[in-house]
Amino acid sequence: MEEKLIAVRFLKVEKHFGEVAAVNGVDLEIFDGEFFTMLGPSGSGKTTCLRMIAGFEQPTSGRIELYGKDVTGLPPYDRPVHTVFQDYALFPHMSVGENIGYSLMIRRKTGAEISRRVNDMLELVRLPGLAKRKPSQLSGGQRQRVALGRALIDQPKVLLLDEPLGALDLKLRQQMQIELKNIQQRVGITFIYVTHDQEEALTMSDRLAVFNQGCVEQVGAPADIYECPATIFTAGFVGTSNVISGALAEKITGKVQTLTVRPEKIEIRDPQAVTSGSEYYADGVIRDSIYLGMYTRYTIVLDQTGELTVVEQNLGMPRKVQPAPGMRVRAVWEHSSTRTVEAGR
Amino acid sequence: MAVAAAAPNPRPASAARKLSRYFHGHPRFSIFLLLSLPLLWLGMVYFGSVGALILQSFFHYDGFSGKVINQFTLENYGELFSPSNVDIVIRTTAMAAAVTLASIVIAFPLAYFSVRYASGRLKALLYLAVILPLWSSYIVRVYSWKLILAKEGIISWFLAHLGLTGLLDKVLQLPAIGGPSLSMSMLGMWMVFIYIWLPYMILPIHSSLERLPKSVLEASADLGARPGQTFRRVTLPLVLPGVVAGSIFTFSLTLGDFIIPGTIGNSSLFIGQAVLRYQGTAGNIPLAAAITVVPMAVMAVYLLVARNLGAFDAL
Repeated sequence: MEEKLIAVRFLKVEKHFGEVAAVNGVDLEIFDGEFFTMLGPSGSGKTTCLRMIAGFEQPTSGRIELYGKDVTGLPPYDRPVHTVFQDYALFPHMSVGENIGYSLMIRRKTGAEISRRVNDMLELVRLPGLAKRKPSQLSGGQRQRVALGRALIDQPKVLLLDEPLGALDLKLRQQMQIELKNIQQRVGITFIYVTHDQEEALTMSDRLAVFNQGCVEQVGAPADIYECPATIFTAGFVGTSNVISGALAEKITGKVQTLTVRPEKIEIRDPQAVTSGSEYYADGVIRDSIYLGMYTRYTIVLDQTGELTVVEQNLGMPRKVQPAPGMRVRAVWEHSSTRTVEAGR
Repeated sequence: MAVAAAAPNPRPASAARKLSRYFHGHPRFSIFLLLSLPLLWLGMVYFGSVGALILQSFFHYDGFSGKVINQFTLENYGELFSPSNVDIVIRTTAMAAAVTLASIVIAFPLAYFSVRYASGRLKALLYLAVILPLWSSYIVRVYSWKLILAKEGIISWFLAHLGLTGLLDKVLQLPAIGGPSLSMSMLGMWMVFIYIWLPYMILPIHSSLERLPKSVLEASADLGARPGQTFRRVTLPLVLPGVVAGSIFTFSLTLGDFIIPGTIGNSSLFIGQAVLRYQGTAGNIPLAAAITVVPMAVMAVYLLVARNLGAFDAL
């Protein structure tokens, strides 16, 4: 296995605000050059972790390293990382060009060098010719690009992004997701991205960490996290999952355990359908069906206590049974589609 | 039309509803009604009186009969350039500038602390401490300061206990700012002016600091700026409109005040006192009017300079 350079390392990091533990013992390794996402609901500690990398917050205990160097306690201006803020935090009294060139101006570069590099950066973030504008004259998407250009211009080792697309509408957001990913691949800088949007995390990341209540639940590539969630929380937060446990699990699998199965892995068949040895099944009645365009979502009330959510693509092909509310059905899925999880917190 | 007939009946129109519908349909008329009273006040009472003032400054004053004659003349403005009047203007403007500078220096850290560090109770308490003096009578406060600054007053007493009486005497011997006692010196007057007008400097700076997002300061540090650089490049330019607003208060209030110069300090006149003397005692309203134009001109110049320095760029 090739040795990977570690860009950021968290060692037993804790952060308390008064009585509240915002971050509760996080160990994390983020590799050089990867697009790493911290995913979690609000209050899960992901933003606090990001702010500790930037130096805006200091850990209550533990250690943060940047490329092997202990940076715990260093102020933000002594760290080789830059941040793209959720509200962009552009300097309202400066033009776009002055905003982007700010870090170079602070480092006392010559005017000629600053304007050359600002122009290059304006090309990269696709805002050519807007250097003279004020931030107040830009649209949300354009401000987002200025914030990105400002943080990238002096080639930080790590770029931190705090829900940078939160304020944009859906179409623009999807476009910016692709663009951010492209820019990251072009500049080759480590991106650490904070979001609560699981779809965004799955789309953009090389790897992601799922945060919950100040702890990291699971770290892995998007497909690993989605296909093999380690905890009930991850299974429910990244995509949707059916959680089967206790007596129901025993009835279906013959063993008391907690397992999850994704709605799209379940097939609806008629109640007398024959199942193979590699399949699990559960019988019930469809309670409702919701048409969602590309697919339809069914809720099945099982004969044993419990419900299953099933998603079927609307393929438009003729089928023997057209599921409808009130119908008795048999839900069938492969053994290989179930994941055993820790009962968890 | 059939559709319209099927629609539910609109609610029956009472007189009040008719009226409100009329306003809804004529937004310009509503705005006109809304603004008519303030416009009438501003237009007639305010601009009218300023106009009358400027007009009178061009009237002729007959020194023998003591009568104002409606005859155009520039002699009042010529009179402004007499050595004694130039002295008054320079003295007053210098005092106003010194008071403004000192107020900025004192107000800024206070407002900064209150906005960035104080929270909840402490913040409310600080706010109260700033505006509380405004609730008591201005005259009472000025006279209390006369006692505080007097030769037998608390400051002299305090300095004597610290063994610093010699220092106070040395300071009071300085030309221009000194005097027989603090209460009879320009230095003392300066202190009282600062005390009286300080809230008018703190409040605008406070509110412009409140509007400064924390993330903007974090962004500056994040991009490599040390605290001093962040202050100079980001905080100060963004708070400057507040500082200018505050200095408009302290500057113009000092320019026009006649009670503090009449109570504290020596007998040299300030603009406010000169106006009072010419108009009240001598009845020379045209000259008093011409002198009153001076602070207005000084403020206009001040604002132009502030604008050219970019003080309002962040607005």
